[in-house]
Parts: sequence; structure tokens; C-alpha cells
Amino acid sequence: MRHLLTITHLTLYEAMRRRILIAALVVGAAFLTLFALGLHFVILDVTRHGNLTLVEKRVMLNALTLAGLFAASRLVVITAVLLPVDTLSGEIVSGVIQTLAAKPIRRGEIVLGKWLGHWIVMAGYLVLLVGGVLVIARLTGGFTPPHLASGVPLLLLEATVLLSVSIAGGTRLSTVTNGMMAFGLYGLAFIGNWVEQIGTFADNVAARNVGTVSSLIMPSESLWNLAAYQMQPTIMRELTATPFSPVSVPSAAMVWWAVGYIVVALLLGLQAFRKRAL
Amino acid sequence: MIAAVETRGLRKRFGDKVAVEELTLTVPRGEVFGFLGPNGAGKTTSLKMLLGLIEPTAGQGQVLGAPIGDRLARARVGFLPEHFRFQEWLTGRELLHFHGRLYGLRGSDLAARTDELLGRVDLLDAAHRPVRTYSKGMMQRIGLAQALLARPDLVFLDEPTSGLDPLGRLLVRDIIRELKAAGTTVFLNSHLLGEVEATCDRVAFVKAGRTVHELRLADEGAGIDVELRTGPLDDGARAALQTLALAGLEGRDGRVRLKVANDEALPAIARTLVQHQVALYEMKAARKSLEAWFLEVMGEEQRPG
Repeated sequence: MRHLLTITHLTLYEAMRRRILIAALVVGAAFLTLFALGLHFVILDVTRHGNLTLVEKRVMLNALTLAGLFAASRLVVITAVLLPVDTLSGEIVSGVIQTLAAKPIRRGEIVLGKWLGHWIVMAGYLVLLVGGVLVIARLTGGFTPPHLASGVPLLLLEATVLLSVSIAGGTRLSTVTNGMMAFGLYGLAFIGNWVEQIGTFADNVAARNVGTVSSLIMPSESLWNLAAYQMQPTIMRELTATPFSPVSVPSAAMVWWAVGYIVVALLLGLQAFRKRAL
Repeated sequence: MIAAVETRGLRKRFGDKVAVEELTLTVPRGEVFGFLGPNGAGKTTSLKMLLGLIEPTAGQGQVLGAPIGDRLARARVGFLPEHFRFQEWLTGRELLHFHGRLYGLRGSDLAARTDELLGRVDLLDAAHRPVRTYSKGMMQRIGLAQALLARPDLVFLDEPTSGLDPLGRLLVRDIIRELKAAGTTVFLNSHLLGEVEATCDRVAFVKAGRTVHELRLADEGAGIDVELRTGPLDDGARAALQTLALAGLEGRDGRVRLKVANDEALPAIARTLVQHQVALYEMKAARKSLEAWFLEVMGEEQRPG
């Protein structure tokens, strides 16, 4: 456990030294500024031509906030894949890993230590971006989406799934192949979700099934849907008034599927790395 | 006493390619052992198997009395890889600090050991600089310091002097001598024969993934080649010299060549010639160089060109 934490420490140190955190902060700050300006001008416009009902205004603010959260969670997902994409494969190719693995450390501690370090960076980034969107929504529009306590952890779970896939893939695949695989799975889930939504809307069972299968292969998009569903009022859910109101709401069991997915991905990664010639 | 390294029939195959055919060797504790062979002979793969970085396809082995790959035994093993690379964004001191922690060192013990080693490899002045700004020689030296952090009982050095200038090589040579004096076993992979000759007690030659010959360098077993320039030799003198020679005498151009067993034979030759009243103008003694051994063991077919 001590060795695991040393690797985690090293990973956090690397994020700082290689200016990964600074880059993330700059992009995050730019995103939040843009979101704040956009929200400000929309609200200004609505207030000026104020013929919206209170409910309409609330739906609009919720939709805009969800749009902000959607973009924030995409940025976090991209970070979750890219941040650790070469941490193992890159160190294996360069030989850096040899001096680590020759120490009295379990190979699993290297993988899990890196996972934990990157997870902390990623979680921090998520808190910053999602927190930023929520604070801006509150300050600019006086609005806070409902059920944040269940919605935000789902966003974290979504990013954790992709982080784990990226780490596990790196135990066996080259950096480029690993990145392509992780983003490929993500893209598959994204398209699969739209097929499912349209299939549900059109009452097409086959299309729905395609979506369900894709969400089992990669549960990220289902977790976003579940999170978005949580963070909107009942009226929006029922009207499916915005692109963020899913027609087909994923089952809550998807949360457990995602947790199991993370565990299995990491176990496969650990197994592959344990056997790997370094 | 249990050997530092002992292997029986270690073998490694990558797909169809056999990297190490059959590695059987014993390295006693306290020995400086040279592992010699041409590029691609399987030296690095062998060493990685001993360190647990590569799992053998077959065979058995022990390192410091524990099965190869044993995690706890690795706490007493140091390793400098061939192409030493580390997270280059760390400073030299941080690098030693992190590696020391992986060896279980903590607090003031770690700080003191880090300073001691930075001083030993002459990097105290550069300790605060990121490793990416280091020259190749400095990189190799910090790597060497990293290998010695845990005061190991056994150190594996894979080509430790490649790319180093003469001063750097001398430093490595001195450190190997210090390790030997402290009773540390050193397992040296190298194809720089001069380095090996200067530092190793014993060498094994590896060819196509198999150890083909072992040689104790301190031993006289290899014999000494002697060349004499003398006055005319009568039969008595020739016969007397013959008794000192390991094989026959060879005479040409007023010179006599013979191979003798050890240093003691040299004054005996001089005495014999004086007793037989043969004038001695010149006597040259030369041990067989490691390079000559290398070429003999590897065979001429290993020579490129």
C-alpha cells in the first residue's frame, strides 16, 4: 500500500511538473468564461423581452445549465482518456518502467497507484468544471439544478469508466491504439445512445436494442443520461423538452454495471501487466 | 553459502524467436561477474529474467536465495538498465528520493543516503536540476546512484559505461571496486572488454542464448605467453626450458616462444638460462587478452565484415 501511494504521489507530481494541471486550468477557465458570458447575455435578453412564464424561464435555465454540464463532462471525459493514455505504454516503450518494476513493488501497485493519481487529478478537474458551471448558473441566473448529490457522482462515475479503460488498455496496447480504443468505445456509446433515443421515440424495438447493447459495451453515455435525468425537474423529464431530457431513461442498474465494468477493466489490466515482459 | 545468482536451464522464447536458449550459471556472493557476448546474444533478456522483469519460458533460478522474481529479494538488489531513462521532469535529488521510497527508505535515512550518493557520483551541484537537462554521462551516473540506494547485496549493471567518457568510466570502475570491497556481488553485462578485464573476477561468455565458456580472470589457468630473445640454445637448455613450458617450444628468428602456467615460471626461465650459460637479451610476458579469448570463444564467424 505504501508503494502504491508512492506511485500515486509520483503521478500527481508529474501532472504538476509537466504543466498538465496548468493546461487543464487554462482550458477550464476559458470554458467557464465562455459559459458565463453566454448565460449572462441569454438571461439579459430574456429579462429585456420578459414575456416568459416562471416555469418557462426555469426550464430554459435548467437546459442551459445542463448544456454547460454536458460540455464540462465531455471535457472531463477527454481528459480522463488522454491524461493516463501513455502512462504505462509510454513508460514501457521508453524503458522508464524497468527501474520501477525492478524495485520491491508489486506490478499491481504500479497500475493502481497510477490509476489513483490520475483519478485524483481527473476528479479535481471535474469538481472545478462542474462546480464552476453550477456557481455561474447560481450567480448569473439564480438557479441550481435539482438532485446534484446523485447527478454529479454519476458524472464522476462516467469519467472513471473511461479513465479505467485508458489505464487498463495501456498495460497491453501502444499509446495510439489505446487512445483509439478508448475514444472508439466512447463514440460507440454516444451513437448507440442516439440510436436508442430515436428508437424509443419511434417505437422501434431493434433500434432500442442496439442502443442497449452499446451501453453495455460502454456505459458512459447511459451514465450521462442518468445524471442529466436526475438534474432536471419532473416537468422537463416528462416533456422531454430539451436534448438533455432522455426519451429512454437508463435503468439504475446501469450504475452497478459501470462499477463492475471498472473493476473488470482494472482486473484485466492488472492481469495483463503482471505477465507483461518489460 | 547460498550463491548470489544461481540458474538452471533458464529459457526465454518470444513467439518463434528464442532469446535465451539455456542459461545455467552460478555467481558466488561477493564476486564481480562479467557476462559477455555479442549484441543479440541474450544478455539483457537473461538479466531481465533474473530481475523478474521477464518471465522465463522454462527453467529455474534463485537470486539471493529466493526464487527469481521474488519481490522481497528485490529490496536487496540494485539495477541499472542499459538505456537508463527516468521521468525526466524530476530533479536528480527527487529521482533518488522517489526511488529510495520504493526501496522502503524514509525520512532522515533517505535524505542522508541521497546526499551520500549524489556526492559519490559527483552530482551534488546538479542535484536541483531536472534530469532532462543532464548530459548522457550525468544520466548514467544518477542511474548508478539509483541502483545503489538500498545498499544492495547484489547489483546488476547493464552496459554501465557505454557512452561515458574516460573519467566517467573510471568512476564506474572505482564504484565497482568499492562494491566488491564491501562484499557486494556485481553482475556486469558488457561488451567493453577492457572494462570487464579491469573489474571482473570471472566472466561467462554467452553466444546465441547459451553460456559457452567461463573464465576466471584472476586465475593463471589461461597461461602466460612468453617470448625470449637469447643466444644460441643447446639441447640441455632447450630441454630445461621445455620442462617449464605448458606445451612445446617454438623457435624462430632468434626468438623462443613458449606458454607457461604462472608468474613463478618467469624467474625460473631466467635462472634456467643463466645456469645453461645462455645469454638473455629480452623477455616479454603477456597474458592472453580477454579480446583474444572473446574472439576464440565466439568464433571468427561472429566478426562482421
